[in-house]
Amino acid sequence: MATTLDRIAKIVTDRLGVDEADIKPEATFKEDLGADSLDVVELVMELEDEFDMEISDEDAEKIATVGDVIQYIESQQ
Amino acid sequence: MTLDLSGRTYVIMGVANQRSIAWGIAQALSNAGARLIFTYAGERLAANVQKLADSLDRDDSIVLPCDVTDDAEVEATFQNIQEQVGTIDGVAHCIAFADKDELSGEYLNTTKDGFLTAHHISSYSLTAVAKAARPLMQEGGSILTLTYLGGERVVKNYNVMGVAKASLDASVKYLANDLGKEAIRVNSISAGPIRTLSAKGVADFNDVIQEMEDSAPLKRPVTKEEVGDTALFLMSDLSRGITGEMIHVDGGYNKIGLM
Repeated sequence: MATTLDRIAKIVTDRLGVDEADIKPEATFKEDLGADSLDVVELVMELEDEFDMEISDEDAEKIATVGDVIQYIESQQ
Repeated sequence: MTLDLSGRTYVIMGVANQRSIAWGIAQALSNAGARLIFTYAGERLAANVQKLADSLDRDDSIVLPCDVTDDAEVEATFQNIQEQVGTIDGVAHCIAFADKDELSGEYLNTTKDGFLTAHHISSYSLTAVAKAARPLMQEGGSILTLTYLGGERVVKNYNVMGVAKASLDASVKYLANDLGKEAIRVNSISAGPIRTLSAKGVADFNDVIQEMEDSAPLKRPVTKEEVGDTALFLMSDLSRGITGEMIHVDGGYNKIGLM
């Protein structure tokens, strides 16, 4: 079964068109992966669908890196 | 049920991604056999919209950029469309924008710039589009826009977008009156909340979906496909006697008072 990181990596590479090798836990969405504010909203929606969960606005705002997403998703499961 | 719109051409403005209500409308019209022309704002959407257009089961779709804040560009876009296809049968205007900062807290804190931007893109653009599209609809047509309950009543966090939708709703009536003599109809669909990129810009959107499940007569949110089917009706001759109208596709939510 795909790990949480694999599943996140697929969403991020599809959405942002970045190389899978760049998807590391310390990578920031805005600076390292070049996401703009709309990309971030789209990523949040894709993550909600993929992991069948709701991410509140408050929590979404705290997400800056790939690692933050992994941690958030694992904390919700 | 299906309607046959083969041989007809419609302009769909405002597809952002596969979740867009505009895309639901595009799919309904395409399934009925219509040819589609898509316009998008901003380079970041170009590839996405092209990919969606290519996914339709036909090869004559056209994809064009159109920034509705630039009147000259709106004119030029419709001239370009006229050169490529001649006449069109309708336009789906699915365009709105307000800065995310304006879509939470009190309406009272709306800035002048935020107010003007929301009205420019979400309301005035319909008039600019109607004016530019008019010469392409010599044999009549149907213009459709998307509105929301927040223009009729106070909806938490919708704020300046609600005020802009009220302006849009009034524009629909005035445009319907101006264009009726040319057999061009102008209507709006007031869709219930749907999980789109735009909707997610409104603070605490997830709570709004819950409210639909709890309180709408149909006890569920509506889908973009359901809005698409109503758009198909408004774009077809079945609705030929309807103009200046707002149709709620919201599971009946707008009818509910105190429960």
